[in-house]
Amino acid sequence: MAEPVLEVRGLCKSFGALKATDGVSLTLEAGEIHALIGPNGAGKSTLIAQIAGQLAPDAGEIWLGGREITGLSVAGRARRGLGRTFQVSSLALEFSALRNVMLAVQGRRASSFGFLKPVMRDRRLVDPAHEVLARFDLEGRAGVTAAALSHGERRQLELAMAFALEPRVLLLDEPMAGMGAGGTTALTRVLAAMHGSVPMLLIEHDMDAVFALADRISVLAEGRLIFTGPPEAVRVSAVVREVYLGGEG
Amino acid sequence: MSRVGAETVLNAALAGLLLVAPLTALGLGEPYYANLASRVAILALAGVGLNLALGQGGMISFGHAAFFGIGGYVAGISAQAAFNGAAVVSWPLEVMGSNVMPPIWAAAMLVAGLVAVAIGAISLRTSGVYFIMITLAFAQMIYYFAISWPAYGGEDGLSIYVRNGFPGLDTYDPLSFFLICYGCLMLALAFSWRIMGTRFGAALMCARMNPERLATVGIEPYPVKLTAFVISAMITGLAGALFADLNGFVSPSMLGWHTSGEIMVFVILGGVGRLFGPVAGAALYVLLEHVLGGLTEHWQLLLGLILLGVVLFARGGLVGMVTGSARHG
Repeated sequence: MAEPVLEVRGLCKSFGALKATDGVSLTLEAGEIHALIGPNGAGKSTLIAQIAGQLAPDAGEIWLGGREITGLSVAGRARRGLGRTFQVSSLALEFSALRNVMLAVQGRRASSFGFLKPVMRDRRLVDPAHEVLARFDLEGRAGVTAAALSHGERRQLELAMAFALEPRVLLLDEPMAGMGAGGTTALTRVLAAMHGSVPMLLIEHDMDAVFALADRISVLAEGRLIFTGPPEAVRVSAVVREVYLGGEG
Repeated sequence: MSRVGAETVLNAALAGLLLVAPLTALGLGEPYYANLASRVAILALAGVGLNLALGQGGMISFGHAAFFGIGGYVAGISAQAAFNGAAVVSWPLEVMGSNVMPPIWAAAMLVAGLVAVAIGAISLRTSGVYFIMITLAFAQMIYYFAISWPAYGGEDGLSIYVRNGFPGLDTYDPLSFFLICYGCLMLALAFSWRIMGTRFGAALMCARMNPERLATVGIEPYPVKLTAFVISAMITGLAGALFADLNGFVSPSMLGWHTSGEIMVFVILGGVGRLFGPVAGAALYVLLEHVLGGLTEHWQLLLGLILLGVVLFARGGLVGMVTGSARHG
């Protein structure tokens, strides 16, 4: 098997006596959607924050595309190809949808120390941004400020920005959070369409979406990874039922 | 779009008014008012500098007096050296004093910029209240340094006996001097406007709105902010050099925290992040100082009330109030 695109090795993070991440190792293979599930407080957000670079782990390593990124900043990791979305949308709210995506294109393709050329006349930024917006059904909202977009549109925009980075890996932190049933179905379709083009580590509470999308599912409980396997195996796993799906199954 | 249009019209009106007022005053034989207009242009220029850091970059610098004062001292020290035929710096290479404005401006901007690199590099490791306090602390350090440096006047300051010259112009002519200041202000405004439309401007605005978002698209906020802080300091430094020539005098008070506060007041009064905000703010400040200052020593009480009103009820400042939009930036 080829080398995994993203690999987490023995990651640990404690807050005082609480072990939020307790020796977590996982991989993300080329083209797959790997879902990470677990009850509230299992340490999913802490894990994502360490992979993205917002939190420094106490121990362990993170490798992206065969290079260690454990010591890199958030921006450094993004430049190496780590795209992400946030649980609570994080956008430049005063910018239009187009300018938000342009910023991602800029981060990917151009230096931010351009002092002469107006961005709106820079086709290297504007054209790819329009293409990405069209792909995420936001073309009609290109000129609307992010602050004026609906909740669902903001989620779409975040995804569009992550996609515009042309990432090697996407970390999706509860992309369905706060979406209605219709929105969840639509977003599941969008993610399914992206399946295969970029590997995704998907944190999600919506089990329908998880089982519809994931190639593999890992279950996190109390900071430890207790199970990794294909969706069918997760469904029938006794240990997973006990800590997580028990109430529902 | 109509709101953006309204702001453009207001900006043009402010630029026109600032130009017409001294011309009219001179036509009426009142050169004093031309100097007042020069004062507005210079203080507005200092505000344009701060606005880049504060308004666009969200860096609440309470230490811009340092750069204003450094610009002033560069002009003063250079003029004094030129007057005495002495060198300003004799090691590692000899730099003679100059009494011509453009090289003095370049030196003022260079020194202010270098000091800003040092102050910014340290201050930008913090944010919020700590950033405000640390920029204030650096400015106060430079203030006390100036006070305790007898070679350049110490507490008494430094006089510029002959106003620095400008090739082809008589800088003692109030109109000529005003046009120099006005030209610098317009250039700085054009530069600010232009730069905010570029990739650098986009990154800087995002660094203010949401630094986490900027980092997530692979752009480090720190160097972007530091660069903006340095450019901001250079513009304010240029204003300081002009201010020294306007008054024929540099004093440590240019470096004091009062001055930092005043520059901040111009920006907030006019509208934080508004292109012409500092122009409107500085004009109102100078008008109040002149009109009310003639009536009472306590004119700043009214200024305080106006500032309070703007902060509480008109977050877009004077510019936002007139154009009826609360849009920031």
